[in-house]
Amino acid sequence: MLDQVEAAERELRSAAERRLAGDDHLQGYFEAIIEADQKVEPRDWMPDDYRRSLVRQIAQHAHSEIIGMQPEGNWITRAPSLKRKAILLAKVQDEAGHGLYLYAAAETLGVSRDELVELLLSGRQKYSSIFNYPTLTWADVGAIGWLVDGAAIVNQVPLCRCSYGPYARAMIRICKEESFHQRQGFEILHTLAHGTPAQREMAQDAVNRWWYPSLAMFGPPDSDSTHSERSMAWKIKRFSNDELRQRFVDMCVQQASVLTLSLPDPDLRWNAEREHYDFTQPDFDELMQVVKGNGPCNRQRIEHRRRAHSEGAWVREAAAAYAAKRAVREPAGV
Amino acid sequence: MAHTHVGSLHAPDAELALRNARDLYTRRQEGVSIWVVPSAAIVASSPDEKDAFFDPAADKVYRHPTFYDVPEGAGHL
Repeated sequence: MLDQVEAAERELRSAAERRLAGDDHLQGYFEAIIEADQKVEPRDWMPDDYRRSLVRQIAQHAHSEIIGMQPEGNWITRAPSLKRKAILLAKVQDEAGHGLYLYAAAETLGVSRDELVELLLSGRQKYSSIFNYPTLTWADVGAIGWLVDGAAIVNQVPLCRCSYGPYARAMIRICKEESFHQRQGFEILHTLAHGTPAQREMAQDAVNRWWYPSLAMFGPPDSDSTHSERSMAWKIKRFSNDELRQRFVDMCVQQASVLTLSLPDPDLRWNAEREHYDFTQPDFDELMQVVKGNGPCNRQRIEHRRRAHSEGAWVREAAAAYAAKRAVREPAGV
Repeated sequence: MAHTHVGSLHAPDAELALRNARDLYTRRQEGVSIWVVPSAAIVASSPDEKDAFFDPAADKVYRHPTFYDVPEGAGHL
């Protein structure tokens, strides 16, 4: 996957060097940019729906990174060794960084960060359903790295070629870092699977619990996906939910055999005709329930974020007051 | 080498912006020097006027060394 990220980065650079012959009509110019695989930039004209659609997608992506710090953060103080703890800290720090890259990309579309945070806290914007599942054992940290970050990468690598420049550039940075997350998760599970019987059992149990929620991360089946068609026409999305889900399953089967762990699907088998694995779809009714706020940890996650926001208010005020005072004393800033 | 724009962030003042940029954008040694600028201080060219803005460069071919013929036999030019 990393070579695909590198290729997208090269394309992005060469797209920036090529220029498109100007079309006087704004709509025509926009369509020509999309058609020619060029990038739409913040000050270019774009249809309102394109802008709205991107704000929704990028903001919810950013929220997911921020809320996603919680399930793993849950194990920082209990990581089994200093090395594992340091790695987990670095990983959670990356997630915060991803949130910030994405909020910055969303802001280029004319929304403010405060607005987006407010939409998250009031529940009017969503975050990825996966973070509403609890982390019950240390092995869950491994399963999240391997399966959840793995699914995120499969989803996000095509976004490195997204038509909106700031989003595509953020995704290139993010995908490189996600690869670190996925590999460290894989390593945790590999170590556990080759450890004591109890460790092996813990690893298998984690994979059993995270498999279907990870499959659900790709969203509803194509037949029910409301935004897909338009997003694909605008080259925001490059592949459908079902295509990406299939790609993920095909990858995981091979990786699971290296882990010597099984995937919890009795109907998982190679289909020579399709040249893909057949598999059982996740429970999409459960997905809809979780998205609506009725998953195992929805209330806890958002409550935690609200509390951090309200209890941090005085610190933000202090920082602003200090900055204002310094601006008067030393106008240069630093 | 030149400073390259790598992204944006929010901070109450320049000093904290510098620290946040260090943590956010150079976690894997991606740089040796950081500039931070408040976004309000940046003026950008307008995409609507890009033709008028950049076109004058196109009709000044004499700015390119390839415009000039070099006589046969003149080396190192």
